[in-house]
Amino acid sequence: MSLKRALGATTALAICAAGTAAFADAHSATITIATVNNGDMVRMQGYTDQFTAETGIAVEWVTLEENVLRQRVTTDITTNGGQFDIMTIGMYEAPIWGSNGWLVPLDGLSEEYNADDILPAMRGGLSHDGTLYAAPFYGESSMVMYRTDLMEAAGLEMPDAPTWEFIREAAAAMTDRENDINGICLRGKPGWGEGGAFITAMSNSFGARWFDMDWQAQFDTQPWLDTLTFYNDMMQESGPSGFATNGFTENLNLFNQGLCGMWIDATVAASFVTNPDDSTVADSVGFALAPDNGLGVRSNWLWAWALAVPAGTQQQAEAIQFIEWATGTGYIELVAENEGWANVPPGARTSLYENPNYIEVPFAQMTLDSILSADPNNSTVEESPYVGIQFAAIPEFAGIATEVSQEFSAFYAGQQTVEEALANAQAITNEAMEAAGYQ
Amino acid sequence: MATQHSRSAARIMMAPAVFLLLVWMLVPLCMTLWFSVRDYRPLRGGDNGFVGLDNFVRFVSSNSFWPSIMTTLIIVGGVLLISICLGVLLAILLDQPMWGQGVVRILVIAPFFVMPTVSALVWKNMFMDPVNGVFSYIWRFFGADPVVWLSEMPVFSIVMIVSWQWLPFATLILLTAIQSLDSEQLEAAEMDGASPIARFAFITLPHLSRAITIVILIQTIFLLAVFAEIFVTTGGAFGTRTLTYLIYQRVLESQNVGLGSAGGVYAIILANIVAIFLMRIVGKNLDK
Repeated sequence: MSLKRALGATTALAICAAGTAAFADAHSATITIATVNNGDMVRMQGYTDQFTAETGIAVEWVTLEENVLRQRVTTDITTNGGQFDIMTIGMYEAPIWGSNGWLVPLDGLSEEYNADDILPAMRGGLSHDGTLYAAPFYGESSMVMYRTDLMEAAGLEMPDAPTWEFIREAAAAMTDRENDINGICLRGKPGWGEGGAFITAMSNSFGARWFDMDWQAQFDTQPWLDTLTFYNDMMQESGPSGFATNGFTENLNLFNQGLCGMWIDATVAASFVTNPDDSTVADSVGFALAPDNGLGVRSNWLWAWALAVPAGTQQQAEAIQFIEWATGTGYIELVAENEGWANVPPGARTSLYENPNYIEVPFAQMTLDSILSADPNNSTVEESPYVGIQFAAIPEFAGIATEVSQEFSAFYAGQQTVEEALANAQAITNEAMEAAGYQ
Repeated sequence: MATQHSRSAARIMMAPAVFLLLVWMLVPLCMTLWFSVRDYRPLRGGDNGFVGLDNFVRFVSSNSFWPSIMTTLIIVGGVLLISICLGVLLAILLDQPMWGQGVVRILVIAPFFVMPTVSALVWKNMFMDPVNGVFSYIWRFFGADPVVWLSEMPVFSIVMIVSWQWLPFATLILLTAIQSLDSEQLEAAEMDGASPIARFAFITLPHLSRAITIVILIQTIFLLAVFAEIFVTTGGAFGTRTLTYLIYQRVLESQNVGLGSAGGVYAIILANIVAIFLMRIVGKNLDK
């Protein structure tokens, strides 16, 4: 019934889209870009006029929330919808879509764009078989952001590369329930890109992995039990109430309100928590590498939001021209000039970290170190058959991981035991992998 | 009396609209049926051929199927219960003559015009948020620990949000029914010494029964398809995955159109069973 309606709505949308496309053709040089609604992307939209003035190419934006964007562009590309000339995609999609031939290879980029300047980790994650399919707009890893004042009050000193044991102790020491100060804020929200990403990256440092070399789910192993138990115990001791529904945005708000001692999350958050306009604790934030357990793998992830050109577009040349503009060094300088170096899109280019102006930004070095310490091809302690740190780059992963993270969140919320959560996760994953023909 | 001629003219005039409606309804339905017997996974090379009833078997044998049916029934049942009980009470209250009656009635009906996504967001962020929500302030004011609504009582929270939206609808229909109640009958009962509760139970409630069945019928059809409230608040986690939401997960999150379409066919069957069942009851009620 609902599907019927959904299909009806899709048809209606498709008709509208066809109408718009016909209209756009009349004005040949208009490109449509689907993008995600985060700060850096929204900022870029503000500078679009500059691009139009330079090149005469008009730009239309479709700005969406992350999950919705992913579904819209996935649907568009798999059905050859042709609604978009440029799509904002992540490290998860780029290699899969590239190998399916859905994206235009970006090997003919101009000399002055200098594609070799892209950080190797980013380039690797956005390529398939050595061909780059998406140009990184910004890249991120994850790291510890902590309150230097609370740390000092607790009589502790944060090492540059902490262990999980230390993080847990420090969190307990900083927690002050009377004043609503939580020692640590972490993602627990269901969704593969929310709590799912965090717990997967964390589990790597506990020696866990999603699949063994025969693509069998591994949730019945000790490292997963250890990861979930440690996470939940720590959050019950020192986390905010309702952490099972907190994602990136919720934690950012808590941290900016001064209610978190530590927060382990995306490196891009560093520019938000140190911005005095938004954050009440801007002058007392320190940074450290994401924690480990001495097993040789840290719990930081690697991600990039990148621009790619779908293979079906009519405006390939214009689209690539825009990508070169938006992800080139010129754009970084443009933002730096207008809004300061702390606000430029980070993590994409080596030259940015060699720039003396940028390296003075307090979180620049730690961001670079975090990115450099992440290796998508070698993310687990034991060998695994997949590429990716907080995800496995196979088409089925997003669906599976969303359901699995829902089971985990139900455990955090006290609706089931850790054993039940892991047993359900195991069943969901094996069921889906069998259906997909892996087992 | 319409002549033969004018009737056929009317038919011709109506034909485009009827045709459009049929196409609008039949094309998606046929596509759903078609996809449901195929292995259609866009991320795995698209349509991989005919698979018979595999999708149907797989959809039902999945661990999530029966829980999702239960959740659907609990949510539909809960919302019906709340909206009818409170709806009857509100209708009786609104029927009393009072100052500013028109304005009050409009205010009571207002939630029905708020979009589901918006109301879910407002409830989630402004009422139920454990740190900044209104409820957490009230709880703390009385010295209690704030409830984390969406993870501690997720199904109840969703029932509450959806009830808030559908209560006005129930109230509106029940209010019209109450207004058609003969006041002389009530006065007679009062003179015969019937208590207010007896008057309500033996005169008002039987009079409302037909309106109540209509409310149940219409609301059930719409409540089976509740989606936005779940999408915005819990994303199907914490045991709030209804059948509709499960289908969405299969089609869009797992990108398995075949499997999801099979689920869609089940949803059509379920909705029709409920509809036939309810139609019968309504029919019986109308015969009386």
